[in-house]
Amino acid sequence: MVIAAPKRIKQIKFGLISPKEFRKMSVTRVITADTYDDDGFPIEMGLMDTRLGVIDPGLRCKTCGGRAGECPGHFGHIELVAPVIHVGFAKLIRKVLRATCRTCGALLLTIDQKKKYVEQIKTLRRMGQPIEEIVTEVFKEARKAGTCQYCGEVQQEIKFEKPTTYVENEHKLMPTDIRARLEKMTDEDIEVIGMDPHNARPEWIILTVLPVPPVTMRPSITLESGQRSEDDLTHKLVDIIRINQRFQENREAGAPQLIIEDLWELLQYHVTTFIDNAVSGVPPARHRSGRPLKTLSQRLKGKEGRFRGSLSGKRVNFSARTVISPDPNLRIFEVGVPLEIAKELTITLNVTPRNIDEVKEYVRRGPENHPGANYIVRADGRRVKITDKNSTEMADLVELGWKVDRQIKDKDVVLFNRQPSLHRMSIMAHEIKVLPNKTFRLNPAVCPPYNADFDGDEMNMHIPQTEEARAEAKILMHVAENILSPRFGGPIIGGIHDHISGLFLLTNSKDKINKVDALELLAKSEIRELPEPAGKENKRPYWTGKQIFSQILPKGLNLEFKAEICEQCDICKGVDCEHDAYVVIKDGVLETGSIDEKAIGAFKSVILDKLMKEFNPQIACKFIDDATRLSIRGIMRKGFSFGMDDEYIPPEAQNHINEELDKAGDKVEKLIAAYKAGELEQLPGRTINETLEMEIMKELSKARDSTGDIAGRHLGMDNSAVIMAKSGARGSMLNLTQMAACVGQQAVRGERIKRGYAGRTLPHFDRGDLGSQAHGFVRASYKSGLSPTEYFFHAIGGREGLVDTAVRTSQSGYLQRRLVNALQDLEVQFDGTVRDTRKMIIQFKYGEDGINPMNSDFSKPDAVKRIIKSVTGKVKE
Amino acid sequence: MSLDQKTIEETISDLPLPQRVINNLMTELKTTKVTKKQLDDIITRTLAVYDYSRIEAGEAAGVVSAQSIGEPGTQMTMRTFHYAGVAEINVTLGLPRLIEIVDARKNPSTPMLTIFLEKDYAFDRDKARELAWKIEATNISVLGSMSTDIVEMKVIVELNRKAVAQRNMTAKEIAKKINEELAVFVEVSGDNLIMKPEKPSYRELLQLVKNVQSIILKGIKGIKRVVIRKEESGEYVLYTEGSVLKEVLAIEGVDPTRTRTNNINEIFDVMGIEAARASLIHEATETLREQGLTVDVRHIMLVADIMTVDGDVKPIGRHGISGEKASVLARAAFEVTVSHLLDSGLSGDIDELRGVTENVIVGQPIRLGTGNVKLIAKKQA
Repeated sequence: MVIAAPKRIKQIKFGLISPKEFRKMSVTRVITADTYDDDGFPIEMGLMDTRLGVIDPGLRCKTCGGRAGECPGHFGHIELVAPVIHVGFAKLIRKVLRATCRTCGALLLTIDQKKKYVEQIKTLRRMGQPIEEIVTEVFKEARKAGTCQYCGEVQQEIKFEKPTTYVENEHKLMPTDIRARLEKMTDEDIEVIGMDPHNARPEWIILTVLPVPPVTMRPSITLESGQRSEDDLTHKLVDIIRINQRFQENREAGAPQLIIEDLWELLQYHVTTFIDNAVSGVPPARHRSGRPLKTLSQRLKGKEGRFRGSLSGKRVNFSARTVISPDPNLRIFEVGVPLEIAKELTITLNVTPRNIDEVKEYVRRGPENHPGANYIVRADGRRVKITDKNSTEMADLVELGWKVDRQIKDKDVVLFNRQPSLHRMSIMAHEIKVLPNKTFRLNPAVCPPYNADFDGDEMNMHIPQTEEARAEAKILMHVAENILSPRFGGPIIGGIHDHISGLFLLTNSKDKINKVDALELLAKSEIRELPEPAGKENKRPYWTGKQIFSQILPKGLNLEFKAEICEQCDICKGVDCEHDAYVVIKDGVLETGSIDEKAIGAFKSVILDKLMKEFNPQIACKFIDDATRLSIRGIMRKGFSFGMDDEYIPPEAQNHINEELDKAGDKVEKLIAAYKAGELEQLPGRTINETLEMEIMKELSKARDSTGDIAGRHLGMDNSAVIMAKSGARGSMLNLTQMAACVGQQAVRGERIKRGYAGRTLPHFDRGDLGSQAHGFVRASYKSGLSPTEYFFHAIGGREGLVDTAVRTSQSGYLQRRLVNALQDLEVQFDGTVRDTRKMIIQFKYGEDGINPMNSDFSKPDAVKRIIKSVTGKVKE
Repeated sequence: MSLDQKTIEETISDLPLPQRVINNLMTELKTTKVTKKQLDDIITRTLAVYDYSRIEAGEAAGVVSAQSIGEPGTQMTMRTFHYAGVAEINVTLGLPRLIEIVDARKNPSTPMLTIFLEKDYAFDRDKARELAWKIEATNISVLGSMSTDIVEMKVIVELNRKAVAQRNMTAKEIAKKINEELAVFVEVSGDNLIMKPEKPSYRELLQLVKNVQSIILKGIKGIKRVVIRKEESGEYVLYTEGSVLKEVLAIEGVDPTRTRTNNINEIFDVMGIEAARASLIHEATETLREQGLTVDVRHIMLVADIMTVDGDVKPIGRHGISGEKASVLARAAFEVTVSHLLDSGLSGDIDELRGVTENVIVGQPIRLGTGNVKLIAKKQA
């Protein structure tokens, strides 16, 4: 069987179009500025001539016979009465005029020089390098010549007045004069200035013929009132034709030179704004409402322009978008799709002998009985909609070779995406699970790669339409294949928040779990057998949390690491750690240690990393599923909540904190006194004021930390916030300190708050008060409540954070765009080198060692150590 | 029976592994005793792991690297100044610094030198201090106070004897230096320097004050401050505000092999492109590490490599790599759309449609990754 490969465009050549070419490609000359006659029919040789293409349904194009939508449109042309300059090339004209002889048109360089430059340009072109530098040099050198080497003519100074006026020796050069000069340039000279004489002769940049773009690219809109509203380009063309006509009439009538020149300039203005309506020095052409017109350049430029908006980014069909919400019962590679969406989106099936019965069943079910089918494409290409009424009838008609658009159903592979798509894990392939209700559902463990939460986030889903696309999605983009991040070689999918707290509570406690509870915990993981019980109590067997967790670990897993709760003691006691922070897993059994962020958390999980690298993605997936489900059961068994009571600190501790803060206040006062007395010791390279500020900041932050320590002593591991902070589930001890003990210094740009009223931050303070309270130190805790002044300072500090985020997103977005644009064409070749599109080598071996960062161990060379250890069986630290 | 070191080294050094892994194996095996069988086992497993870890042909290494560096950008702080290492010197950090590195700016906002000293100097506080004085640009205001006498039309500098002695200078030397620079006569009387302007006018007098203040009496121009810090290793390291690498390297006592600046272009000028590349990698890694973000070095290497491939430090962006792309469409789609199109028309450029953007624009599969392989179905005989 021969499968015809789709044709590829091999190359695109750029050039200028000559006036001759313009006339040749034109289907009609446009002479009337009017568009439609009184019956609403396009006027011949007008701007909406049906030979230029059609936009009204019902009409046929006079050139190709196509209807609206079929006809691509055809160019027309306007014969300009007098030539005008193309603004885009105004600067080039200046350079060329200065570099060529005013009589013979020769480039003012010696023959040897010319030869040398052409040679250089050719070499650079061959190597794919930019030639700009050489060309600038050519113009610079040629301008130096005072007289023409060829005809001896003395050259005159040429002044360029933006945007399109050239003055030679007080005498204005008209476009006709310029064109005459450019025409004299020889092909050889044109090559020296870096132009291609066959595709771009310099005189072609002086327009004598203006192409009229096809109607299809400037469609008019019919308003509700029945009135037609023309496109901006059409408006501009109307202006050009009107002036052109007036110019001609005046010239034929023998009008005085002054009037002719005025009209010429007006024509130049209109053509200029037709090409670019944002040239500096030219007032932009405006609509009646005062809005500047969007002309040719404006259509191409910028984020919403043709290039970035329509060509690099395209709209697609077969996609859906809705709010996301969590569902821990889904597997991590599944996505819950609302039934309404599943009924709308389809996959095209080719009817073959192997699937004809299946296809007929879909058609029989029709569009309302999911999973059914929505459309049939018959062998002749006709599309027929399936309805409830014709479904049975259509099902019988289905033949081989037809196509059927089947609704998506469970297990179909789809792409799931959340913007901003900052890395490749922002689009992953999921398997569908059709569910009731109207949100997309996903397992919370896949939130980290998407950076999603459920506070109203929306996500997009795309249905791959070809077999190739589906295969690629499944093999390369599947969630299981993307557990490891190529950024740092660790898992990016893993437990978050309650997953960590839950497993921590389960594995860190000495709880005795009876059989019923144990089986209930493991029910969702489909584990029905329990290991040997850890012991008996009241004659009933019990199990430990560690044993329960071990059930979801695969056999053959051996690991040893320090948990997140590790206190970084000077001498590690290893297995005998009193915090139970040393994790040992032997052959899939958790022997000691607690499971926390380091074990299953996204970004940090050592277990997942090991599972991905030494087992396989499927096992890793299963583990995440089981671990998250177990953790939810685990946390529900105990109950886990946080409230104001958890911030309670006994009165003696509160007194202690107050003392600590008073002491710090005194110290600050002392510093200020020393400063005022001029006794403060200056830090090297700092002014005395800076020294004072730094000392005060240091003192106050020390005070905040010590209050945190005091609070921490009274909030033990029975406090849920402490559990969350220590296990890495959410928040930090700093957050807790701020809630329970002291909020601390509020800062703007890393300094104490200084701005506000003259000499003081708020009217509540004396002028020149340097004290801690007057410059944003918040003594209170969130629980005790802030004083009014503290509240203001806190708001100031908070505002800075908000501004910071807003600025940062735009800056880092641009950085990302630039990086991707600079690096996107690099590819690892079969010989291990990294090359760009010119096949130029960027790296001889990727990353100097050819290792994929995704498979490196958290970017550290640990593999060798691991192997040696496992072979010799010796533990080395 | 365990093998001796030599046989191990011989067997390992010829393995088809990157040098880094071989070195790793060597150091690890130095402290572990292994038998022949174990060694073979280790080798086969290492080879297997290496083979598994290798990057596949067709991987879009560029995009992955760009994303890996760009994505953490969103998590970085904007706070420009931070005190890194030395409390006394402000250094740009975080996202602004990363942007600066990638832009290959000629003048970074906070140039800084880290000067390591040679052995004889590094552990001697006095010698280090002496070097610091030699490097720090010293002007008159540090050495004494200046006043003007309008009646007599003269400028009087009262030197601070301690400060002058500390910097190992004398009043005469200072006078001579001023004389050399400004060609005015300087009278030395005790600790005072007295100067008179050429013409006895008030304006000239003020001008003289200004001129005297601007003279650098000792040290290197451009180094505003030197801070000495004792590192954990016990050696003294100098940190400077302002960076003049070339002159500092020439000073005796400075270890030229370790001394570095955070100005990448300066490194390029002084030490060449390879050093610039290494410095790019170092600076970017440090910036990311300081923010607590882990990014594999290989990504940073690739960015550094593309910035330095043709022997020049080029910025990422329209003035550098993106602006020099072969494809017209890719350039037009990035920035300054219209002028790229106009210029390419003039020079009759041909777009070969080999890159990613170009093919997306014309609507055909890109030639990268899975788009770069062709499958031919063989007819079953």
